[in-house]
Amino acid sequence: MPQSLDYLKETPSQTAGPYVHIGLAPGAAGFDIYGQELGWDIAGPNAQGERIRVEGLVIDGTGSPVKDVLLEAWQANAAGIYAHPEHAGAVEDGFRGWGRVITDFATGEWGFDTVKPGSVPGRNGTVQAPHINLWIVARGINVGLNTRLYFEDEAEANAADPVINMIEWENRRQTLIARRNETDGKVVYRFDIRLQGENETVFFDI
Amino acid sequence: MLKPGEFYQRDREWHPPAYDPNYKTSVARSPRQALISLENTVSEITGPVFGHGDIDAGDNDLIYNYAKPGESAIGERIILHGRVLDENGRPLPHTLVEIWQANAGGRYRHKKDTYLAPIDPNFGGCGRTLTDENGYYYFRTVKPGAYPWRNWVNNWRPAHIHMSIFGTAFAQRLITQCYFEGDPLIAKCPIVNTIPDPAAIDRLIAPLDLNATIPLDTIAYKFDVVLRGRRSTLFENRLEGN
Repeated sequence: MPQSLDYLKETPSQTAGPYVHIGLAPGAAGFDIYGQELGWDIAGPNAQGERIRVEGLVIDGTGSPVKDVLLEAWQANAAGIYAHPEHAGAVEDGFRGWGRVITDFATGEWGFDTVKPGSVPGRNGTVQAPHINLWIVARGINVGLNTRLYFEDEAEANAADPVINMIEWENRRQTLIARRNETDGKVVYRFDIRLQGENETVFFDI
Repeated sequence: MLKPGEFYQRDREWHPPAYDPNYKTSVARSPRQALISLENTVSEITGPVFGHGDIDAGDNDLIYNYAKPGESAIGERIILHGRVLDENGRPLPHTLVEIWQANAGGRYRHKKDTYLAPIDPNFGGCGRTLTDENGYYYFRTVKPGAYPWRNWVNNWRPAHIHMSIFGTAFAQRLITQCYFEGDPLIAKCPIVNTIPDPAAIDRLIAPLDLNATIPLDTIAYKFDVVLRGRRSTLFENRLEGN
């Protein structure tokens, strides 16, 4: 027997289940318990950049909206800085870049307000197009699903993005592009996530 | 000085697969295409940072955090405690741990739960805390009850506490469930059994920890959580192109 490597094994994942709201969004479960729930303000009042809203559905393999999903968003600020000690640079006071959103129990629609992120560094000197990292958990999802939201109006940056270009099937790349709509001066990006089947969203093993 | 680099890849043979027909809800909610393997960038090695301003001191005491003054939640009083470590065995300090659970009768305080067991007016069923500088956390709560759920005609979930953990990076984000030593329902649960390796299932079972009990007061279970570890970049670090 060779020596033991002595690494620990990652704790296995289990589904978040149908009652994930109790733990992570108790107000939505129907009760008020914490002084403040976390993740409802992604950008804060001082963030620079374009104010946007992101909306969508999570759709299952039968074509039905998933009504008990929870999504988390992680993004850089408009200058392309993550609010984290390993990313050099300061973010605006109150900018967190992290948010949590649940779907409407009746319709499955979800949405959050934030600022549009800037480009961030990629590996080996490349540049990544502006994107929001998303993590999706729900009943029936055994390991949280990671995907990325890119922006329709960043066509040039998207065309050069090393992660998008890594996806072998060009038709599947479109599943990561949010569609931009402007109504009454409000910018809303539409991003439907298809868990399975036709136009299945690209999910990443990060 | 060694810079921390990428995270060790997730062992997808250790985690449950997305699709498991015995857990019926997974059938229509599991991607059919392969996940695209993504080498870590700054987007994956960073993640939200939490501090004591985000939570309140009593948030980790589920026996009292939703109870009326002078009252407490009904059930077997337990301490659930342990450490959050990475795969290198290093503790993860100041990381957010959130839990949620059914009450002692197996009923969730959720508008969608219609199980006939009663709501406990003094039990909310959620708690949160930050690990200390040694990666240690603890909660006080009641042991949750088993409850029936619709999968096959007659399925019962073993007693369990859901747990959400962050670590320092979005790549470490994890939600899991903690089960209790000796529960005969564990082996029969289709959700537990989405995990193919029995050794991995064992990692989700909290042992009775008599040393941590409070005599004549509260029994204790220990549950350590391991998040992904990171390599040290011995010769070069090209993660961000420098």
